[in-house]
Amino acid sequence: MRSPLSAFGIIIVLGFFASAIVISIVGPFILPYQPNQINLANTLAFPSFAHPMGTDDFGRDVFSRILVSMPIDATMSLSVVAISIVLGLFFGTLAGYLGGKTDELVMRTTDVFMAFPGIILALAIASALGPSVPHVAEALVAVWWPPYVRIARAETLAIRENVYVLAARAAGQRTLTTIRRHVIPNILPPLIVYATLDIGGVILVASILSYLGLGAQPPTAEWGRMVFDTQDYLFSQWWLPMFPAIVILVTVLGFNLLGDGLRDMLDPKRRLSLR
Amino acid sequence: MILLGAASDLGFLRFVLRRALLVLPVLIGVISLTFIVSHVVVADPARAWAGIKASPQTVEAIRQRYHLNDPLVTQFGYYIVQLASGNLGISPVTGHSILEDIVTYYPATIELAVAAIIIVMALGVPFGVISAVHKDRPADHTLRLLSLGGVSSPPFLAALLLQLVGFYYLRIFPLSGRLDPNLNMPPRVTGFLTIDSLLSGNLVAFGSALLHLALPATALAFLSWGFVVRLLRSSMLDVLGNDYVRTARAKGLKESVVIYKHALLNALLPTTTVVGYIFAFMLGGSVVVEYIFSWPGIGRYAANAIITLDFPAIMGTTIVYTLTVLLINFLVDVTYAVLDPRIRL
Repeated sequence: MRSPLSAFGIIIVLGFFASAIVISIVGPFILPYQPNQINLANTLAFPSFAHPMGTDDFGRDVFSRILVSMPIDATMSLSVVAISIVLGLFFGTLAGYLGGKTDELVMRTTDVFMAFPGIILALAIASALGPSVPHVAEALVAVWWPPYVRIARAETLAIRENVYVLAARAAGQRTLTTIRRHVIPNILPPLIVYATLDIGGVILVASILSYLGLGAQPPTAEWGRMVFDTQDYLFSQWWLPMFPAIVILVTVLGFNLLGDGLRDMLDPKRRLSLR
Repeated sequence: MILLGAASDLGFLRFVLRRALLVLPVLIGVISLTFIVSHVVVADPARAWAGIKASPQTVEAIRQRYHLNDPLVTQFGYYIVQLASGNLGISPVTGHSILEDIVTYYPATIELAVAAIIIVMALGVPFGVISAVHKDRPADHTLRLLSLGGVSSPPFLAALLLQLVGFYYLRIFPLSGRLDPNLNMPPRVTGFLTIDSLLSGNLVAFGSALLHLALPATALAFLSWGFVVRLLRSSMLDVLGNDYVRTARAKGLKESVVIYKHALLNALLPTTTVVGYIFAFMLGGSVVVEYIFSWPGIGRYAANAIITLDFPAIMGTTIVYTLTVLLINFLVDVTYAVLDPRIRL
């Protein structure tokens, strides 16, 4: 690997998903404290061995709250990306393979969706649906699906002229079968690579929506929301808003490092170099 | 001079016309989508527009007034007419006309975005060049980490961090707002405090405006800086591999002349097209940054609207933001055509 940074990326991403899975299965048993347990005797505590990230204004352990929201973010970002891949496959292959009016229609629709600044559209849809985690996921899918359609379409166009596809068509294979057997398996890898890169972006935008109140509602912990709720303590207990914000940074950075390293490895120009 | 030459070129005018026509279907699509979100996606539009605290009578009145019982197609007709007359509705939370509020707050956001773009370019371009020239060496790796860090960071992180360090610890920069509250606002000519204060010769206000601009603009710039660094790095690397660079080196020109004069100028061209994309990105980030710095722009207006679930205001700002992005992209395309004649063909 060209850069040790990408190794960091893998570690962070694996750590994130591993923790998410463990926490969602084993649940509250493994957390140091109950994330919603109020302890008014020990509020706004400075980080210590007992509370590695301190306690918030209700005396809840910040570290536990950060951990407990990992499964939420993990499942939400995976769902958004997975659904986007499915939508991308469906519309992208149809547009690329059939061409003509279908292609026009699909491309114009993606143009319209992509004309909106992403965050703005997500905010509008999430507000319309109402504040909750599933609604945030739905709003994010609406913003996230167009690039997947474009990639799927571009890959389909490239594959469409391959010999085995032409042979299948000449043999009389039905269009849908061709798409299913030949096109989709070949365009899936680039989509998955793109999706891996993308998960970080989903988590980032989800954290912004959560900050503005559109995600998980209190007392459920979610990183963005935790920053918003404690930002008034910035100058006195700076760790309260800072820790969740830094956790978001590290998580998203992990995905971006991973994606960056992946992209470098798959770069065709590299394979030709003598290194 | 370039502009005059371009304008007189028929091909250029045809390009502008073609580009303008391309926007039309997207515009219709955008309006349709906002209609769908505000009339169909919402569970009960009348409730959403009347506001959370509205009485059943008010909700019913809103339902009548906005024809919400009519078939969707009719509603769409009314919607277009309403938008065309520039009426974005009345906010149930503030009670003001939404369009009025947006027009009031608009210049502040533009000023912030322009300042942020200047910072992004001023800091992004040199570091992109350094990254390219020192490819795969420690400087490159460090910059790659910093770039990805910037792009990966949530907007509130940079904003809160800058407040903490710049205001609280260093005590250099002010916490919020656009101007020192003790100073008088300069007479409003453009709505940009920096320009207006210079126009009225008020240097104290100019200084204060700059100081207030510094932290929020930097926070906003932080989000896109990494992107520009990486972009410039890759376009510099592309350009440096070209024949004319090798020719310049073979001619015996100094390395710095080769890099700056020949390579950089050509590497900058793709960067200008990206300005529109960066601008759109910044509009998104400005929602959070303006809220944290109490910067009286559309971003803060949108943030407040979302936090109070002021739905008409949310839709109004969505429309305004999107139209702004469409306009900026159009202008960027035209500018690119001016700079690069090959596009006009």
